[in-house]
Amino acid sequence: MTTTHSAVRGDRPLIEVAGLRKVYAGRAVVDDVSFTVGEGEIFGILGPNGAGKTTAVECVEGLRVPDAGRVRVAGLDPVADHDRVTEILGAQLQESELQAKLTVREALELYAAFYPNPADWRPLAERLRLTDKLGTRFAKLSGGQKQRLFIALALIGNPRVVVLDELTTGLDPRARRDTWQLIEDVRDSGVTVLLVTHFMEEAQRLCDRIAVIDKGRIAALDTPAGLISRAAGSTVMSFTPSAPLDEEALRDLPALASVEHRDGRVTLGGTDETVNAVITLLARHQITAHQLRVSDATLDDAFLDLTGAAQS
Amino acid sequence: MSTTTATLVRGRGANSAVLRSEVRLFLREPGSLFGVMVFPPALLVILGSIPAFREADSGPAGLRLIDAYVPITVLLPMIVAGLQAMAPVIAGYRERGILRRMSTTPVQPPALLGAQMTIHGVAALASSLLSLAIGRLAFDVKLPQQAFGYLLALLLSVVVALSLGALVSARARTAKVASAIGSTVFFPSMFCAGVWLPVQSMPTALANIVELTPFGAAAQAMNQAAAGDWPSWSHLAVLAAWAVVLTAASARWFRWE
Repeated sequence: MTTTHSAVRGDRPLIEVAGLRKVYAGRAVVDDVSFTVGEGEIFGILGPNGAGKTTAVECVEGLRVPDAGRVRVAGLDPVADHDRVTEILGAQLQESELQAKLTVREALELYAAFYPNPADWRPLAERLRLTDKLGTRFAKLSGGQKQRLFIALALIGNPRVVVLDELTTGLDPRARRDTWQLIEDVRDSGVTVLLVTHFMEEAQRLCDRIAVIDKGRIAALDTPAGLISRAAGSTVMSFTPSAPLDEEALRDLPALASVEHRDGRVTLGGTDETVNAVITLLARHQITAHQLRVSDATLDDAFLDLTGAAQS
Repeated sequence: MSTTTATLVRGRGANSAVLRSEVRLFLREPGSLFGVMVFPPALLVILGSIPAFREADSGPAGLRLIDAYVPITVLLPMIVAGLQAMAPVIAGYRERGILRRMSTTPVQPPALLGAQMTIHGVAALASSLLSLAIGRLAFDVKLPQQAFGYLLALLLSVVVALSLGALVSARARTAKVASAIGSTVFFPSMFCAGVWLPVQSMPTALANIVELTPFGAAAQAMNQAAAGDWPSWSHLAVLAAWAVVLTAASARWFRWE
């Protein structure tokens, strides 16, 4: 039953973006970006600063009018049907504030009054650990408390989609982890999440699928695991050889993506094939590999590889 | 209940929630409260306490000076409300992304602008009434003899003051800039309203110029209405023209982000 249900839901993506283009001063900030987000998915948009991530999601939120392309949220046009989209889409914006002297309780009550079927703000405040800050004015909140309040405000209208832009920027590691847990809870309660981030760890931990955006274009779109295995150096091997290695022989290794020497230590990026070839090479020359480490590349490595390729 | 009705009812509820919230915030701004509600009536009380201001024929056109100063302190709170209090608030709301945040909700930012104008307009009018009452009760200043003419000039002045404030907040990128521009416009506006020298006492050449400014025209229209005459159409026309131009200009240049 459940499978059938989710298959039916999967037929109609909640967010559809096709051929999106946005130009500022003659420069395409977002260029031919297309993706879909299924209901209940956590979809990440990952990219370096200035890549056009925020502009792309602002088109989804209806804050900007695309120059070309099609955007739909639950079948609605965020610009033409702005009123109806705002009822089902909750947003946390990068760099937005509230009135300095508005208290947390007042902000929650105010925003709850905006929506047709708002969530009860009390349990929401509790979940976001804001209960003992209800009487505190916005200007007196810490960065983390402000972020938690914005998450609460994004959820207060009982939305079907939340768009979170640079959610954990400025949070300490502990608060960041708490926030991740919260996003997972939100998704588990059936809300679709569109997440903009430049933190690899965050994207890898949370996202079902990720669109890597670089210079306004989608450089790759896959699951985190898919992105990592797609990158040229998906396996990383490092060791300290007991004798100098022949550079020529190293360069001829199959599927080699990168070589790095530092303080007598060699770090190679490649695939399993590369690793096997290195072991054979070392054995043939009777060289011992001290402190041998083989690990999967992280999303970090994949990201640098993907965006680096787009640069050259 | 149809969807449209539901939307309307909800819209009204949401707009009144915005208004209530902004009223609360206005009451937390001691500077604005003082400038709009306390400063103009206090000025009237101080001037009225000077015996020379209450002597017969101390003012222009056979009036006592205190008589001449009532319309001035009636205009003053509007200038403070529009330029000093409201303009930086709205510019700050835009600068800090509060308007943007609101445009992602079913309530759109014009609700916030509407609430700000309502609050500052009502506060200014309340302060004006307070000055009229103080003049009448404490200093025996006659209430305006031509009440409708006075009210018309008063309402046009509120529109001018609020649209002037909106225009300043439209052109200023930040709350700081709005404060600076607001102050720059504030002092000439006070001068034209006659705070330093009642318009009737100004030399003719200067008065002719001042009467072309919105608050100069307003002051003259209110002086005439206070004396029992219907205000000159020329003064009302100048006020109305400013109201139209300033409203159109602020609507034309206002940016939500």
